[in-house]
Amino acid sequence: MTIAHHLDDATLISFATGTLAEAHAIVISAHLALCPQCRASLHKAEAIGGGVLAEQAPVAVSQTLREATLASLDGLPVAAPKKARTALNSYELPDVLVRALGVTSLDQIKWHRKLPGVAIYDVPLPKGSKAKLKLLALEKGRAMPDHAHGGEELTLVLKGSYSDKFGKFSRGDLADLAEDVEHQPIVDSDETCICLISFDVPARFKSIWARLAQPFSGL
Amino acid sequence: MPLVTMADPRTSGQRNDIYASLLHRVAQSRDRSAFAELFDHFAPRVKSFMMRKGYNSELAEDLVQEAMIAVWTKAALFSSDRGSVSTWIFTIARNLGIDRLRREKSQLYTDLEDFDAIDETSGAEENLGRSQEDNHVAKALAQIPVEQRELLILSFVEDVPQSEIAQRLNIPLGTVKSRMRLGYQRMRKLLETVT
Repeated sequence: MTIAHHLDDATLISFATGTLAEAHAIVISAHLALCPQCRASLHKAEAIGGGVLAEQAPVAVSQTLREATLASLDGLPVAAPKKARTALNSYELPDVLVRALGVTSLDQIKWHRKLPGVAIYDVPLPKGSKAKLKLLALEKGRAMPDHAHGGEELTLVLKGSYSDKFGKFSRGDLADLAEDVEHQPIVDSDETCICLISFDVPARFKSIWARLAQPFSGL
Repeated sequence: MPLVTMADPRTSGQRNDIYASLLHRVAQSRDRSAFAELFDHFAPRVKSFMMRKGYNSELAEDLVQEAMIAVWTKAALFSSDRGSVSTWIFTIARNLGIDRLRREKSQLYTDLEDFDAIDETSGAEENLGRSQEDNHVAKALAQIPVEQRELLILSFVEDVPQSEIAQRLNIPLGTVKSRMRLGYQRMRKLLETVT
């Protein structure tokens, strides 16, 4: 599996520093599980954090803290070295999605269908989450919803494919586009295309159903 | 306070190797004196790092303790091929901060550790200067334009989201992102040439 569309470097930095809303972080973590190239980039971004930490002017810690920490080590369970994972097979869901979706396969998703050829699943997130996370299943010829103006939107293809002016997006590909980009992605695979989408909820938010209901309006 | 103080380039690479071998001793034989040495070096830096993120001294010490206990319990998960000990402790501290603020789940990050062994075979040459990378990061940061450095420091030290950086500096979000990209790409180039 070759990934053609990757994380934007600005988004990568946000992920490396841990400042993204959870919905976006889940999509990125799932992409990273499928994309060795972006994992290597993440390590480079984290190395900047390591360099900054190493160069911090030390601030003395209390003697109590030192003693308490050393005294607390007895009997603590220690981690065993991890076994290397093999690459995910073409059906497998990344661990992050098994947890977030509560299923082990996309076949187990309880879809909501309101329009022909379109199904949506709202992924539950903790209260107070600033961005939403949805799974979309679209049949061949359907258009993906246009992005939500005024916020971040990330789309990860899990199954099938779609195309727009940026090319073809297949399993593992991530669309991480600037807010003002206009595009009209159309599903071009024979099998249903399943995507994971995270998006900020801006003040003037148009529901995802409304966006799907007018697929060819070229918003 | 300077954003980043420069380490002595002649010694910091060697020091990083020392920390990797101390950590190895902790992983292999639960060596408490090796751990104490790691504590004495890193705890004051993690505390400083946490205080710059806005935690008061007491909370910062709580987080230092959690971070250093994680160094003890997770020592076997450290791989020097992935980066320096400082980088590894940075990720531990970041994940603790994430859990504390519940902005997202740090499990998202620890999941990815499982893949590191694959990455080592697929892109070993991609790795940074490894043991010496901390020193090189500081030098590279000093070489990039100040407006790019400022954004990277705000992100990595103060955990400010990009939308908030845009508000704080009164510049458009698009400008924040393009500076961030340029800064990161220049850092990558600088770090790759020293490898």
